[in-house]
Amino acid sequence: MSKAAVLAPGSLAAPANVRRSSARVSNRTIVLVCYIVFLMLPIYWMVNMSFKTNEEILSGLTLFPRNPTLQNYVTIFTDPSWYSGYINSIYYVTLNTVISLTVALPAAYAFSRYRFIGDKHVFFWLLTNRMAPPAVFLLPFFQLYQTVGLFDTHLAVALAHCLFNVPLAVWILEGFMSGVPREIDEMAYIDGYSFPRFFGTVFLPMIRAGVGVTAFFCFMFSWVELLLARTLTSVDAKPIAATMTRTVSASGMDWGLLAAAGVLTILPGALVIWFVRNYIAKGFALGRV
Amino acid sequence: MDKVQDNRAWFLIIPVFLIVAFSAVIPLMTVVNYSVQEIFGPGQTFFVGTEWFEAVLTDERLHDALVRQIIYSLAVLAIEIPLGILIALGMPGGRSAKTSLTLVLLALPLLIPFNVVGTIWQIFGRGDIGLLGATFRAIGVDYNYTNNSLDAWLTVLVMDVWHWTSLVALLCYAGLQSIPPAFYQAAKIDGASKWAVFRYIQLPKMRGVLIIAVLLRFMDSFMIYTEPFVLTGGGPGNSTTFLSQYLTQMAVGQFDIGKAAAFSIVYFLIVLLFSFIFYTVITNSGSGEKK
Amino acid sequence: MDMGWMAWTAPTAIFFVCIALMLAGMTVWEVLSPTVEAKGFLPMRTTRGDRLFIGLLGSAFIHLGWLAATDVSLWGASAVSLLWVAFVIRFG
Repeated sequence: MSKAAVLAPGSLAAPANVRRSSARVSNRTIVLVCYIVFLMLPIYWMVNMSFKTNEEILSGLTLFPRNPTLQNYVTIFTDPSWYSGYINSIYYVTLNTVISLTVALPAAYAFSRYRFIGDKHVFFWLLTNRMAPPAVFLLPFFQLYQTVGLFDTHLAVALAHCLFNVPLAVWILEGFMSGVPREIDEMAYIDGYSFPRFFGTVFLPMIRAGVGVTAFFCFMFSWVELLLARTLTSVDAKPIAATMTRTVSASGMDWGLLAAAGVLTILPGALVIWFVRNYIAKGFALGRV
Repeated sequence: MDKVQDNRAWFLIIPVFLIVAFSAVIPLMTVVNYSVQEIFGPGQTFFVGTEWFEAVLTDERLHDALVRQIIYSLAVLAIEIPLGILIALGMPGGRSAKTSLTLVLLALPLLIPFNVVGTIWQIFGRGDIGLLGATFRAIGVDYNYTNNSLDAWLTVLVMDVWHWTSLVALLCYAGLQSIPPAFYQAAKIDGASKWAVFRYIQLPKMRGVLIIAVLLRFMDSFMIYTEPFVLTGGGPGNSTTFLSQYLTQMAVGQFDIGKAAAFSIVYFLIVLLFSFIFYTVITNSGSGEKK
Repeated sequence: MDMGWMAWTAPTAIFFVCIALMLAGMTVWEVLSPTVEAKGFLPMRTTRGDRLFIGLLGSAFIHLGWLAATDVSLWGASAVSLLWVAFVIRFG
C-alpha cells in the first residue's frame, strides 16, 4: 500500500485513470470470455457429436445434429458392459473419498496443532507421494494387490488412489484447520470436553467448508485417474474410463457412442462442483491463502 | 500460530502413516529390488548390480525423451502461468451468480477423466470429423496431428493448456480474493495505474499461490501420460513420447522390468529433488508472510 | 501370503536396513537432545533431519553421476558421498 502511495502521480490525473482502468477491466473480461469460449468449444463438439448418428458424423460437418438421436445414450444405459463401468467408478471413488477423509482428519489436526518428532519430514514424505509418477508403481502395485487378494476389487483402486489423495486431503485440511484459533480447543477442554467429543461436535462443524472442499478434491482426482484404476482391475471393478479405451480399439470408429460415454463422464463432476462452488477458490489454494 | 510440543500427536498420524506406507513403501522397496536384477519371470531373477542404472543413464533415446520432457514442461509453464494470471484478473468478484457460473465453467475441464480429455481433442482435432481440424483445412492450413510431428506436439500442448490453465487461474483468483478492498481504494485515491496496482498489490499477494501453481503444473506436466497416449500414442515417430510413456513402454511393452525399475528410480529422484526445492521455497516464503 | 515377488536381494536388504537404522538413530538422538534450527552454508535454516535428507539426496545424485561419467568402481562414489553427508550435517 505504501509503495502504491509513493507512486501516486498526482490527483489531477485521477479521472483519466479511472476511465482508462475501466477500459482495461473490459479488456480483461474479453480475455476471460474468449478463454471460456475456447474451453467450451471442444466440449460442445463432443456433446454435439453424441446426439448424431455415425452416418451423420462421417458424412460431413454439421454444427447441430440434423437428426438428433438418443440412440448412443440408450446403448450405454441398456448395455451392462457400459453402465457397470459407471457404477464401478462411482463406487470406488466414493470409497476412496470416505477413506481419505477418515484418516486425514485426525492427521491434519495433529499437523495443525502440535509439534512432534519428525513432523515436517512426515509431512514432506506424504507430499512426495502426491508427486511420484504413478507409472513407477504400476508393476509392484499389480503384484501387491494380487498377493493380498484385492486385485479387481473396488477397494484395491480406492486404496491405491489414497496414495495421492490422502496427502492432498491432509494438506488442504491442515490449511483450513490452521485458520481456526487454538483458543477454541483450549476453551473446549476447560469446559470438560473429551477429544473425540470436541472434535465431532465443535471442531468439525467449524471447518465443514474445508471438509466439503477436501471431499470434492478427493472425488475429482480419483475420478479422473485412469492409469492405476486400469492396472488394478480387469472385469468386476473396471472403471468407465477403461471401458471407453477398450471399446475404441475393438470396434474402431463408433464416434457417436464414444462421445456419449465421454459426456456422461463429465456429468458427475459438473454436479459435484455446483455444491462447493463458493469454496472452490479457497480449496484450490489448498486452504493456504 | 504457536504449536504445542507433544509427541502423542503421532497417534493421530498413525492411520495415515499406515495407509500411505502400505501403498508407497512396499512398492518402492520392490522397485529398488527389481532395479538391480534381471527378471526372467516369477522366482527367476539374476543379480546384475548397477548395470541397469548404467544402461539407463547412457541411453540416447532416454536423453532425448528427457530433453523433450523438459522443453514441454517449460512450455507449459510459460503459457499457463501468465494466461492463468490474466484470466484471474478478469474474473468477477463477490458472490454473484456470474461468479459462480464462471467458477464452475472454469473448473469443468479439471473434472474430466484424463483419457476423455484425450478423446475430446481426438474428436475435435481430426480433419474429417473435428471442428478444429476441419476449420484449419477450410482456411488452407495443412494440419494433421497424426502425421506431422510439430502439429502433434502443438496439439498436445494446446490440450494441456485447455486442461490445466483453469487450475492456475483458480489459484490466482483465490490469492486475489484475499486482498482487502481497502488496498484498492487507497490505490485509487493515489491514482495508481493498473500496472502499479498489479505490480505492487496483486502480484505480491499471489506469490504464495503462484508457487503452488508452478509446483503442481511442473510436477503434473513432468508426469503426463494418459492424454498424449490417447491422442497420439506417443507419435508420430517419438515426437510426443514423454518420460512416462517411455517408462510404460519399457515395463509393459518390452517387459524390461529391471531397466524400467532403474529408470523409475532415476525419474523419482529427479522429481524428489524438484519437490524438495519447491517445498523448501514454499514453506520459507510462507513463514515470512503468515503473521 | 507369498511375498516372493518382492525379489529381495542381500544388497538391497542391507540398504533398507541401513536407512531404517538411520531413521531410528535420528529419532533416538532427537529424543536425547532436541535439534536446534541453524543456518549454515545452505540458503535456509535447517534441522539435523533436514541436513541428513539433503545429504542422502545429494549422495544419490553423486552415485548416478559417477555411474554416468566413469567406469571406476562405484565405491569411489560412496566415499565421496560419505564425505558430502558428513560435510552437510556438520556445516549445512
